[in-house]
Amino acid sequence: MISNLNIIDEGAEFFEISRRNMLKVSAAMFSAPLAERVMSASPPAPSGVRSRDLTQPARTHPPVMLPVALNVNGRQFDVRIDSRTTLLDALRETLAMKGSKKGCDHGQCGACTVLLGGRRINACLTLAVMHDGEPITTIEGLSNGNPLHPMQAAFLKHDGFQCGYCTPGQICSAIGMLDEAQRGVPSHVTENLSVAAVPLTQQEIRERMSGNLCRCSAYPNIVAAIGDAAGVSP
Amino acid sequence: MKSFSFEQPATVQAAAASLATHADAKFIAGGTNLLDLMKLEIEAPTHLIDINRLGLDQIETTDDGGVRIGAMVRNSDLAAHSRIRIDYAVLSRALLSGASGQLRNKATTGGNLLQRTRCYYFYDTARPCNKRVAGSGCSAVAGFNRMHAILGASDQCIAVHPSDMAVAMRLLDAEVETINGSGVRRVIPIAEFHRLPATTPHLETNLRRDEMITGVKLPAPLPGRQTYRKVRDRASYAFALISVAAVIDASGERAQSARIALGGVAHKPWRVESAELGLSGATINVKSIDAVTDQLLAGARAYSDNDFKLALVRRTVHAAVAEILKNSPQWK
Amino acid sequence: MNDAAPHDALDDNRQGLIGTPVDRVDGRLKVMGQATYAHEVQEGGPTAYGFIVEATIAKGTVSQIDVTDAERCEGVYLVMTHHNAPKQAPWGPLLAKDRFARSAPQLANNRVDHYGQAVAFVVAGSFEQARSAARLIKIRYAESAGRFELAPNLDRAVIPAGRPGREADSRVGNFEPAFASSTLQIDARFTTPVQMHAQMEPHATLAYWKDGQVIVHCSSQLLMSAKNAVANTLRIAPERVRVVSRFIGGGFGGKLPIYGDVILSAMAARILKCPVKTALTRQQMFHFTTHRSDTIQRVRLGANADGRLNAIAHETWSHSASFDNFYESAGMQTRTLYAAAHRLTTHRSVSLDLPVSDSTRAPGEAVGMLALEQAMDELAEQVGIDPIELRVRNEPLQDPERNIPFSSRQLIACMQDGATRFGWSRRNAKHSAVKEGNLWVGMGMAAATRGNLLQPSKCAVQFDDQGVLTVRMAMTDIGTGSYTIFTQVAAEMMGVPMAQVRMEMGDTDFPPTPGSGGSFGAASAGSGLFDACTQLRTKFARKFGVNAKDVTFAGGRISGAGRSETLASLAGSRGLDAVGEIKPGAMVKKFSQQSYGAHFAEVTVDGDTGEIRLRRMIGVFAAGRILNLKTATSQAVGAMIWGVGAALHEHAVIDPRYGYFVNHDLAEYHVPTHADIPAIEAYFLPEFDDKTNPLKIKGVGELGICGAGAAIANAVYNACGVRTRDFPLTLDKVIAGLKLQNTLSTAGVPPHFKS
Repeated sequence: MISNLNIIDEGAEFFEISRRNMLKVSAAMFSAPLAERVMSASPPAPSGVRSRDLTQPARTHPPVMLPVALNVNGRQFDVRIDSRTTLLDALRETLAMKGSKKGCDHGQCGACTVLLGGRRINACLTLAVMHDGEPITTIEGLSNGNPLHPMQAAFLKHDGFQCGYCTPGQICSAIGMLDEAQRGVPSHVTENLSVAAVPLTQQEIRERMSGNLCRCSAYPNIVAAIGDAAGVSP
Repeated sequence: MKSFSFEQPATVQAAAASLATHADAKFIAGGTNLLDLMKLEIEAPTHLIDINRLGLDQIETTDDGGVRIGAMVRNSDLAAHSRIRIDYAVLSRALLSGASGQLRNKATTGGNLLQRTRCYYFYDTARPCNKRVAGSGCSAVAGFNRMHAILGASDQCIAVHPSDMAVAMRLLDAEVETINGSGVRRVIPIAEFHRLPATTPHLETNLRRDEMITGVKLPAPLPGRQTYRKVRDRASYAFALISVAAVIDASGERAQSARIALGGVAHKPWRVESAELGLSGATINVKSIDAVTDQLLAGARAYSDNDFKLALVRRTVHAAVAEILKNSPQWK
Repeated sequence: MNDAAPHDALDDNRQGLIGTPVDRVDGRLKVMGQATYAHEVQEGGPTAYGFIVEATIAKGTVSQIDVTDAERCEGVYLVMTHHNAPKQAPWGPLLAKDRFARSAPQLANNRVDHYGQAVAFVVAGSFEQARSAARLIKIRYAESAGRFELAPNLDRAVIPAGRPGREADSRVGNFEPAFASSTLQIDARFTTPVQMHAQMEPHATLAYWKDGQVIVHCSSQLLMSAKNAVANTLRIAPERVRVVSRFIGGGFGGKLPIYGDVILSAMAARILKCPVKTALTRQQMFHFTTHRSDTIQRVRLGANADGRLNAIAHETWSHSASFDNFYESAGMQTRTLYAAAHRLTTHRSVSLDLPVSDSTRAPGEAVGMLALEQAMDELAEQVGIDPIELRVRNEPLQDPERNIPFSSRQLIACMQDGATRFGWSRRNAKHSAVKEGNLWVGMGMAAATRGNLLQPSKCAVQFDDQGVLTVRMAMTDIGTGSYTIFTQVAAEMMGVPMAQVRMEMGDTDFPPTPGSGGSFGAASAGSGLFDACTQLRTKFARKFGVNAKDVTFAGGRISGAGRSETLASLAGSRGLDAVGEIKPGAMVKKFSQQSYGAHFAEVTVDGDTGEIRLRRMIGVFAAGRILNLKTATSQAVGAMIWGVGAALHEHAVIDPRYGYFVNHDLAEYHVPTHADIPAIEAYFLPEFDDKTNPLKIKGVGELGICGAGAAIANAVYNACGVRTRDFPLTLDKVIAGLKLQNTLSTAGVPPHFKS
């Protein structure tokens, strides 16, 4: 048992804290190339870890580290990754692409929605190692902002979000959903299954988007945004 | 989540063989339920066999006019397939009423059959659950059991099977096709695929330890009209409180044949074939439908929070049958 | 704020920015996935991952905890339990002036006060290792019996400590005999369940230490409270704590307090000398963070034959955690909403061993109005008049309990406007009168009201020689649109384009604000900003050499006395700055301040299954000046949808055997989905309330939930004649009162198939 670990007053120097305003920081983040250092799966132990804690007794439960080539937004990342790492955590923690959100980690909210080969999936319920070489598109891959992807622009125009946390998932889901509708994939509210082309009504959009929760409840605006982007009359 | 080794076999035979050689191995297909459970360490395989690169993703017409659905066919692809939409509409409808677009894009036919219950207590490793830890007790019998079984349950487990797809498959008399590590194939009628809990609630199917589902075969299409009516606590993205799958061939004054299966009421999709015989050649009216419902519900027992299911089944059967009759073109 | 606000630059609105539905200024970042929430911040070097282990009992002690296996796990840096946790200040104090700044120690001892409380904390080099190691900790508990349910414990209810102006009880006249002698009486008992905030962003923290200061990136609505809470807990000076929350993925009251993720991460970061980040799992959020208490409410209305209220009583019970003193102020709105000579409101609190109950979007009104506005609907039916007419007949001329004027009140105007927009006249007053196929169709309405608040707030502004106005305040935007509306206010005040305003918030290094909560954010922080800009205008005028009242600010220039100069050149290389401040004052005592509205809903009820579906809904609100019609409308619509959830779906179920919420995930705790929500519209009536604050605004974020669920419940009754007083209105409660219809006989089936 580690003995009492009191907070002591010694100063520890860390990295420079960014004090620039958030808009600047975030804009800069987008254009910056992804740091390659994040590819290291096992960071060195922090200086505060006492050596005895690390060496004695022998360490157990080692992770299974596997190589995988993640193809995200047209870029390939060769990483070694814990077999347990979900695609979502690989994106957020390993590749530092934070746009895809973790809302529930169990496929119950849709905030992590990404496009896998163009199809929308919950990135939290699949493993990174299962997707070697498969093309993945995240919110970061939709546009560089100049201009915005039409769906992003529609969400902005229609105020299809408030806190913004479910937004990347809603947008990716909407893009995948429109593709499904275009391909004639029916939904629970499709009246006639025997016709190949399904008309995309507002009711259809709502049902098809139901895997994306929004607790701010921007739902009507989201549906308006998707309808606008898809050319559906209200 | 516990650590596991991982492989991606290239052939069905290699996958099945791998399962046989690893003690605590699991196949991972869509992963939408398995990873959910692994994160909570309800499932803790030490080896995962990724079967996503095996093919098994085709829907083919069989010699007898039915279809064979590969085990890896995604729920969304199955629901959207033209043959399924037209000839097995109840299956399309059931699939489309389940989960979300994202989940259906990942979830597979084989995996859906092996879905585990959504019982709150099964999902909470701090609570007793005979399904999770044999002999630990059932927290649901005297707990919050709104979603739980009214049929075929035991005092050891009152969980329900959460699949919509399986209810439709039960209605359609599907057959589950398997292969084992030695290459031996087996066909399991859907009626015999899922088990009732009895004293072994941890055993949910009759799939053998070394078997892998390769596909599901549907017999030739049934005459008549089909429907799937799912009743749930919100309009979408929720598991069924109950569901009714029905097909009625009533091309005259009397029913030629009828089938009714229930979801959300038992540890397996619920169907009583003998009850359906009463409808064959009978006039379809409140009396005849209620008679079938009575037989479907024979021996039903509710556990307080789910008392309403007894009435809800009857009401929903009425609604489902009425919908079929209303939509039957011969009466338009 | 001691006097009515005078005419000002916002009234002139020369640039037309005030009220304009401009897009959110942070919108591009959000739609691009570039808005950075707490868990996503990368600062201070390589990060270690924390994972919290929760108590799986509701009450008792940890009798044994074995961390050997967890500590031996590869990649694990630290396992913290009550045996080795740094010493922290004890919890409290109970009677803190700011309860969100209380010390909130973690792993302080072996006692378990509620389910889900932290009992261990694991830090490792990866999330996967931390999570799996956490599962290896073996814990034995000595469990003691607890109390977990409100209804069986009402005999233990106590009168909670109120505060001046918001005492637990209020009495006017003599209710009991007045009620007893009333011609018409409604006496109804309502229950509302425990509800969850269920913000989409789980609570998360990244904490690291630099030069003896702890920098905490977390998801907090109230930055100053969070800063003080950390300082109080760790027993360090507040200057040694910096809290940053630039983006917050939903708050709704659930991020008013800080939680163990903050304290545990901060302590571990100190020990390990590296940044530690910790997110709650979705399941943990249900017990680890606060919830809205369930309530039991009794509403009694005594009226004469034409519906005029003579007596009104609203008695409420809610629960509080065993060590806390929060109560749900569910009866407060009944003190101001309707006229009646004899009045009684009470609040009682029952101490339970549940997780902590606290504020959830519109605490009080959100659930109080579910009861009161259903009771009013019942009374309207008894009287035989339209529910709107009933409210017209009971409209008070002044605050009926405080006997002071309303600052502004457009309750009836909202109802009348809403009735027109909605087509209320098409409602059939008789229930179970409209059927479309198999669906019963009904309409319902309810009033909306929410108390208006103003809190002390400060703001710093600086104008530079590039023409950029930088605004700094420790304010948050939890999705309400703060970044945007403050940008509009600042730009309008200084006569510069919005693009020239740099809005810097979310950092305790900036001047203190009360943060976001209780719908006071825009009014309080906005008024501080307004004051800062007013002072800056005076400084510019002085430098310009013209009296402040004789200059105009437009196009980045100051003009007056026949001259004009750019603000940039006037500011010069040293810039011009100002600090503004707002303090609440006498106006809250002189005027009764509420925002108002009216909800109209149309629902269908499936005649077979009892499934309720909302078909359409309209809300009309009067909430002072609207700063941005787009963001305000979004707030109102979102809140109305919370009302839908409260009416139809949301229910955290208590299992009294274990003292926890059984359905603790988003698969089983149902919030509305897209499919549950049809077109919902919200409108605002013009209103300028100069008694509330210098901006002449009122809170917007919570008003929309108040009464929304009651309108739906009233519509359900109108549709099918089933009056459910126990929320949520799930189909089992509906079919219990819904006669089995012969669907088979009425489904358009040919005669020979009928029974």
